[in-house]
Amino acid sequence: MASEVLRIGGGAGFSGDRTDAAGPVVETLVARGGPAALIFETLAERTLALAQIARRQNPEGGYEPQLVRFVGPVLKRCVERRIPIVGNFGAANPRGAARRLQALAREHGLHSLRVGIVEGDDLSEEGGRALLREHLPQADAAREIVSANVYQGANAIADALRAGAQVVVTGRVADPSLAVGPAMAHYGWPEDRWETLGRATMAGHLLECGAQVTGGYFADPGLKDVPDLHAVGFPIAEIAADGSFVVTKAAHTGGLVDSRTVKEQLLYEVHDPAAYLTPDVVADISEAEVHEIGKDRVAVAGIRGHPRPATLKVNVCFDGGWLGEAEISYAGPNAEARARLAAEVIRRRIGDALAVRFDLIGVLSVFADDGGRALAACTPGEARDVRMRAAAAHADRARVEQLLAEVTALYCCGPAGGGGVRTSLRPRLSTTSCLVPRERVPARFEILE
Amino acid sequence: MVRVPLHRLAHGRTGDKGDRSNISVIAYRPEFFPLLVEQVTEARVAEVFRHRRPQSVRRYLLPKLGAMNFVIDGVLDGGVNDSLNLDTHGKSLVFLVLAIEIEVPRRLCPNGLPTQRPNKD
Repeated sequence: MASEVLRIGGGAGFSGDRTDAAGPVVETLVARGGPAALIFETLAERTLALAQIARRQNPEGGYEPQLVRFVGPVLKRCVERRIPIVGNFGAANPRGAARRLQALAREHGLHSLRVGIVEGDDLSEEGGRALLREHLPQADAAREIVSANVYQGANAIADALRAGAQVVVTGRVADPSLAVGPAMAHYGWPEDRWETLGRATMAGHLLECGAQVTGGYFADPGLKDVPDLHAVGFPIAEIAADGSFVVTKAAHTGGLVDSRTVKEQLLYEVHDPAAYLTPDVVADISEAEVHEIGKDRVAVAGIRGHPRPATLKVNVCFDGGWLGEAEISYAGPNAEARARLAAEVIRRRIGDALAVRFDLIGVLSVFADDGGRALAACTPGEARDVRMRAAAAHADRARVEQLLAEVTALYCCGPAGGGGVRTSLRPRLSTTSCLVPRERVPARFEILE
Repeated sequence: MVRVPLHRLAHGRTGDKGDRSNISVIAYRPEFFPLLVEQVTEARVAEVFRHRRPQSVRRYLLPKLGAMNFVIDGVLDGGVNDSLNLDTHGKSLVFLVLAIEIEVPRRLCPNGLPTQRPNKD
């Protein structure tokens, strides 16, 4: 029975994820003994723009900064046990990541490593920019593009695996495609088997955020308790030949997989449940069901698939000016009134030069709005530990720096007892997205021996 | 009837893409789901986000999961790269929805509060 399913493990759910999570996943895949693959998802909407900037500063850089920490602990074991690794850790430089992985293989005593490089996502060169000028709104088409990447699908990943890649490095691909690729290669699915691809896509969707399906990002003490959250295990999907699957997790780890964790992640970042769009398929979970079939084992049934979209989504990042943030704390009797006065002082000092957002952390902050309407409607209370935060963004760095200087000056010129000023100034990226015809942006792969 | 926060009846998670937020609301027990469908409407969710002036609130029902998915446009002050919010993704927003008060029949609240999981017989 064990050899009848393909097991795909999730080794990372974002660039900042734990680097000791993949080890127990790989050990579980090895112990179960059947065919298996390991995926790493490390690219968020803004990560690629940062990588593009890094590559401009260093042509060998621009791939996932944690690449070695993610892959190093498991590379040798995976190669020896024929468990292919697929990751979008190539970011803005899949070729650079591939060379680094080959060097890493040598450091671990492997004499060779066949790395598949999937490219075709980067539209920041002239040809890509010309295409974007046709498809972006006019106002955006005139702006300075920092990065532009099209979401590629599973086909090129599957092709690279069929060509013998032991590791596949991609730039931007749709997150679920990282899992669909190995399943396509293993089962030989044609690219129009929609129902099957729809199921495998949702398996990939459940894996792509790592612990978010195994009890991470879930605990709510007293209502949703999670055992050993400090050691939460990462997920494994057991995918059958028809794409149907069971979600489970690495053995001997914390966390849990039950109907609640799976439902939360199934709907995560989904809009219309009948039309979850990826480059591979339109997946449909409107009739999906989840069944707890054992401890930490959940089967997901009823997923359907419809023909893939004719267009692919492109994420475009622009220079977004400067973001400044500054905070100061007030505590004890009348703290909230002093924090509110501090905000008022800043408001009058800055005037119309800058649109400043104010928060009163400990009273009202993340639930409020940039326009200040929620805070204005919030009746003053008697909070006794309040941090006043001021934030603003502008193309002119000097104006933002002025805000930080004004908050710092509250030390001597503001209300009584203010302490703990912290300020930060960062360049900001602004993003938009558009659709392009898929035939204009073909993906390609190549094997680096 | 007993008034309880939605938090006692349902759980959920926020996701974001650009300036669009999606918030799932998942009933802890199947018998809670009709209460959610009746009371956690698009209008009530739009009301809790009124300060953010969303362009639209759309609710999708997934009865087989005992779940609803809200898709709210224009609610993230421009999205992760443009918002001045500390929580640029709006990840905390599901708990704004879970604070909505729900009227629950007494028979579902044996000890004054609804229980999340049925007793294992």
